[in-house]
Amino acid sequence: MTGKWVLRIVAVGYVSALLLVPLGMIVWRTFEHGASPVWAVLTSSDAQHAVWLSVLIALIAVPLNTAFGVVCALVLVRHRFPGKTLLSAFVDLPLGVSPIVVGLALIIVYGRFGWFGPWLYEHNIQVIFALPGMVLATVFISLPFVVREVVPVLQEIGTEQEQAASTLGASSWQCFWRITVPSIRAGVGYGVVLTTARALGEFGAVSVVSGRLIGKTETLTLFVEDHFQQFDSTGAYTGSLVLAALALLTLFAMNLSRPREEV
Amino acid sequence: MSTASLALRGRTLTPSLAGSRVLLRGVVLGYLSLLVLLPLAGVVWKSTGAGWDGFRVAISSPDTVASFELTLLSSLGVSVINAVLGTIVAWVLIRDHFPGKGLMNSVIDLPFALPTIVAGLTLLSLYGPQSPVGIDVAYTRAGIIVALLFVTLPFVVRAVQPVLMELDRDMEEAAASLGAGGRAIFRRIVLPNLLPAIFSGVALGFARAMGEFGALVLISGNIPFHTEVASVHIFTQIESDNVTGAAAMSVVLLAISLFVLVLITGAQLWGRRYDR
Repeated sequence: MTGKWVLRIVAVGYVSALLLVPLGMIVWRTFEHGASPVWAVLTSSDAQHAVWLSVLIALIAVPLNTAFGVVCALVLVRHRFPGKTLLSAFVDLPLGVSPIVVGLALIIVYGRFGWFGPWLYEHNIQVIFALPGMVLATVFISLPFVVREVVPVLQEIGTEQEQAASTLGASSWQCFWRITVPSIRAGVGYGVVLTTARALGEFGAVSVVSGRLIGKTETLTLFVEDHFQQFDSTGAYTGSLVLAALALLTLFAMNLSRPREEV
Repeated sequence: MSTASLALRGRTLTPSLAGSRVLLRGVVLGYLSLLVLLPLAGVVWKSTGAGWDGFRVAISSPDTVASFELTLLSSLGVSVINAVLGTIVAWVLIRDHFPGKGLMNSVIDLPFALPTIVAGLTLLSLYGPQSPVGIDVAYTRAGIIVALLFVTLPFVVRAVQPVLMELDRDMEEAAASLGAGGRAIFRRIVLPNLLPAIFSGVALGFARAMGEFGALVLISGNIPFHTEVASVHIFTQIESDNVTGAAAMSVVLLAISLFVLVLITGAQLWGRRYDR
């Protein structure tokens, strides 16, 4: 009986010290000097631009990766072709690559002296230190999540229902929208939530390719680091609080959309 | 799949459908090649920009070696802690009942949702120079461990939870009725069933820890030879325009990650060895 209590205290204590207390800490530190400095940060144009840029990048990266994720999961589960295991491993690759390496890779390919650099320069397209580079970095980092959530669902549902529909005369397009999509909806939803969280919170890769032009290429995570380095702790914690609020929303959405197996 | 449905599948595979299948495959491969494989190929190509000797020099300078050693050792240390505490947390979440358990279960995913820079900042304010609890691990190796534990906490818990959930209690009850004690049951029945899940969770966490940047950049202080991890070291090289050297170090980091990914795949296959 005592063993049970020890385990319970260890688990609860560990999770509290590592997760819960730090979360409360953000709120406390943000409002340490009252609410008016917080309001001043929130209404500053730099902060608002940073929020907008973070949201904009997520709005581009998440739909791209969602569409890719569903198609890729279909290919991985339903198709048979040589090299499928390799494809599956490549999809997981971004999970094992440091964000810094992602940023470096984009600089090598799209930077001024990179593979496509001279061509892009001639055509006046800026990728690095501009929005396209930040989107590319975010797409790379958040790529595997939808695929990983949809693959097990597709394996679980099989193809019987779709075969029944097609013998009844449904086209493959109708089968996809009326049968496949409704059955994988929960998996896609969970994947989208994870992708969004990763996209909004990305720091390392974006910090390499953004160039950190305040009010231009500064996302909310970069805003937090920038203000911390300038000893503006209220600015840094206010940005963190916004991000933490988004994280809590994400957490809430995760709990709603997670397949009901645990607890 | 039954023979009937196989036959059905063969019949529905009209030429146009087969064509669209190839098209889908092409789209997937194209997207992945353009966005993931091409940039990574760029890193590998660039790493040899100064020849084999340049590559060797870049990865064998003392500060580089020190940062890789630190990263590898702290990732391994974090993996061991995760294996033990992650399993305990998962166990408590499945087998124990107490008020607040639901909250604890939903907060486990927090590190996946919270941006890493915010994680680093809050850990610094809680366990840093201005700590309200009197613990100061800022700019030390212990700080690195704490930050890495934060970002990797969910991996083992979320891997072990479903397996523990599915685990048949019959085996444990049978063992207990034959006189096995709590410890023997855990060691000889529960643990062997959980091992593949623990391993794959640990490996995912290890890969994450090897490349972590955002959570570490504030709390570690980035002191060369002491608290500068590999990703921060590579970042400094990029900032000082040593792209070739940074690419060489990245290739080493990539090789370690690839090795771990292969291990994960192996562990998953091993976990499913009795399925068929």
